[in-house]
Amino acid sequence: MAAVPSSFATISQAADSTTTKFCGLRKSLLPTSTGNCFALPKIKDRSRLNMAVATDASRFHAVPMAPPDPILGVSEAFRADTSDLKLNLGVGAYRTEDLQPYVLNVVKKAEKLMLEKGENKEYLPIEGLAAFNKATAELLLGADNPVIKEGRIATVQGLSGTGSLRLAAAFIQRYLPGVKVLISSPTWGNHKNILNDAGVPWSEYRYFDPKTVGLDFDGMLADMKDAPNGSIILLHGCAHNPTGIDPTTEQWDIIADVIQEKEHIAFFDVAYQGFASGSLDEDANSVRRFAARGMELFVAQSYSKNLGLYAERIGATNVITTSPELALRIKSQLKRLARPMYSNPPVHGARIVANVVGDPALFDEWRAEMQLMAGRIKQVRQKLYDELVAKDKSGKDWSFILKQIGMFSFTGLSQSQSENMTNKWHVYMTKDGRISLAGLSSAKCGYLADAIIDSYYNVQ
Amino acid sequence: MAYRSRLAYLLSSPACRLSAVKSAAVTGNVVPSCRREFSWWSSVQPAPRDPILGVTTAYLANTRPSKINVGVGAYRNDEGKPVVLECVREAEKRIGGRELMEYLPMGGSARFCELAVGLAYGEDTQVLKDKRVASIQALSGTGAVRLFAEFMKRFQPEAEAYLPLPTWSNHHNVFRDANVNQHTYRYYLASTRGLDFEGLKEDLKSAPNRSVILLHACAHNPTGVDPTPEQWKELSKLFKEKEHFPLFDMAYQGFASGDTQRDNQAIRIFLEDGHQLACAQSFAKSMGLYGQRIGCISIVCAEATEAATVKSQLEYIARPMYSSPPVHGSLLVTSILTDSDLKQLWFKEVKEMADRIIGMRVALRKNLEELGSKHSWEHITQQIGMFCY
Repeated sequence: MAAVPSSFATISQAADSTTTKFCGLRKSLLPTSTGNCFALPKIKDRSRLNMAVATDASRFHAVPMAPPDPILGVSEAFRADTSDLKLNLGVGAYRTEDLQPYVLNVVKKAEKLMLEKGENKEYLPIEGLAAFNKATAELLLGADNPVIKEGRIATVQGLSGTGSLRLAAAFIQRYLPGVKVLISSPTWGNHKNILNDAGVPWSEYRYFDPKTVGLDFDGMLADMKDAPNGSIILLHGCAHNPTGIDPTTEQWDIIADVIQEKEHIAFFDVAYQGFASGSLDEDANSVRRFAARGMELFVAQSYSKNLGLYAERIGATNVITTSPELALRIKSQLKRLARPMYSNPPVHGARIVANVVGDPALFDEWRAEMQLMAGRIKQVRQKLYDELVAKDKSGKDWSFILKQIGMFSFTGLSQSQSENMTNKWHVYMTKDGRISLAGLSSAKCGYLADAIIDSYYNVQ
Repeated sequence: MAYRSRLAYLLSSPACRLSAVKSAAVTGNVVPSCRREFSWWSSVQPAPRDPILGVTTAYLANTRPSKINVGVGAYRNDEGKPVVLECVREAEKRIGGRELMEYLPMGGSARFCELAVGLAYGEDTQVLKDKRVASIQALSGTGAVRLFAEFMKRFQPEAEAYLPLPTWSNHHNVFRDANVNQHTYRYYLASTRGLDFEGLKEDLKSAPNRSVILLHACAHNPTGVDPTPEQWKELSKLFKEKEHFPLFDMAYQGFASGDTQRDNQAIRIFLEDGHQLACAQSFAKSMGLYGQRIGCISIVCAEATEAATVKSQLEYIARPMYSSPPVHGSLLVTSILTDSDLKQLWFKEVKEMADRIIGMRVALRKNLEELGSKHSWEHITQQIGMFCY
């Protein structure tokens, strides 16, 4: 039977003095103060120093320009392009068939309700809006899930996916210092930044197989087995970003087996629940299967895509554990990490989610809108596939486009081929070969197929 | 649902725990003594209650009708109710149901930043005209200070932070979690319930040159004690001599005196003297936008190119923290500050809030004196802003 020691040493304050490693990030290039000190000029009234003197001695003159964000930088470049043919397949934000941003009807209705209610704008508690926290845990696991009934989950509202990941990473740094997080190769670029800035070491597990344009399942398992016991495995709950390749249910079960054998912790990034298949429950399958085994889990959620609330920054950090008492303690420590980051989370997005989920009619309507969005993406995948097959006579297998799921498709294009897509065809995408199908309309599938075929065959 | 328990977790040090986990897993040693499930987090202790926000939690739990909450710094009207400003309600209507909910850029709304910084520094300030100010939207005051703390850690790792004693308790948490070494400088003099100006100056003089000094621009939290303009001027000179870096935390602009361009006096004095300074701004109190988390971090740089560079690095810090800031508050603030009627309405409302607080101070002092108290209560009306020490 399971056994655990009953008393533990207090988490020491030593964690607070741990230095953060900025892996690969530039350190200050400023020479020591003696080398760069400017001599105060001999002027009578020091209170009016010459501006020109101040310029020489800027405290920041050695600060270098940060690299452009590889994903958000794409949209900036797109905006600057004046060609009529341009297509933005960069950032993962849903677009309608007319390539317009889409504010869900339920969101407009919820906002209208909120305006009528005229609620105040007081600080939320550090952990966020209680109604939201309850709703988000239930959406993730199902309201009847024993984890929820037994109170074994700590949920803290977070700043969308990024903020929720960062909070979990900060918790990992403090309570599992030195433990490595394994991330998929490839993964969303910001995962590395988040772990770096949180001072959490990471390494990669094989994921994408360029030969099959599919999952390198053996490689993935081998790398998880190779890792030291007790590592943390960052998994995408559904609709893997950037590849669109998800394990099957059977494969998830094998992954869970390995994680349990190796005493790893699974850390799910759930940014597309409902958006991938169109069904909230289906998309939560992986997380629910793991939770059903009694595993302790981290889960970061985002409502950016499935409720279109990108700019409101609404998500949650969840820690599933073995007892309600532990869940309370963990929640208190998550709060302690959040307080010096932003004190308490923004209210608006949380209220929208709570209002939508709390009203059965709105909730149903939301489900329908999600089906619509996921449906359009599936349609566009089919159209693109049809165009590629019609135009490419070489017999290359493009079916990976249909097998992949979610907003993104990993085309298998190399960096130089991706650059050709942009430079010659005005198709904006990330350099890793990822295209966002959310930014594609049926009307443009033919053009895109031409661009892909040209880049694939004519560029090395 | 059987788990092997791990002897390792009886051991105290995290490193010990980890290596013991590894060895236990290899050897298969189990400890069958206790009954509860194994958890990775068994050693996690409950965090201490936040000293400020915990007061509100306790207040809410209390059932006595006579209860009063004078804990958290959130404005209340005379009935003790939260207030949403009229200008904010109007702005809400205008932006409600809008089409766009797309991600803001990492630095937030540029328009918002422009307006925020204009408000903080004075719209005609030269540094703005010269485009020397790097600014990004931040998660209210906390987020703004945290961004600066991370930035200074990265680009001035030798510099240490000096905070007034006392200061808002969360300041200590912010610098600690950003791994910036921090110290305090004397500020409050209990015997006078006023400013310990001599102690302040001494401590700043003995601090190493090129330290980062946190200053409350107005309405010092928690003491309500502010330097006079003359004292600010003297401090500005001292900062020049010591090459200290002024980091202004301005959470109460307009709220302190009722006049936004009087409350930012300290900043304008330092700007005139040519300091490169930073300002962490919050709109939580002055616009009652507590829950929106809307603020701004701005840094005065040597020239425009440097400002662009510094901005890029601030964004680079924000991206792995939360990617981009929440839009709602920025839209409200922008609506208010770009519409002359709404802006005037705001000025009027913020003055009303400030006046109500000043009125409370007068009334409280009067009541205490009338009750025959022998103590001096003049500090109540000499201090400024939301808090009384």
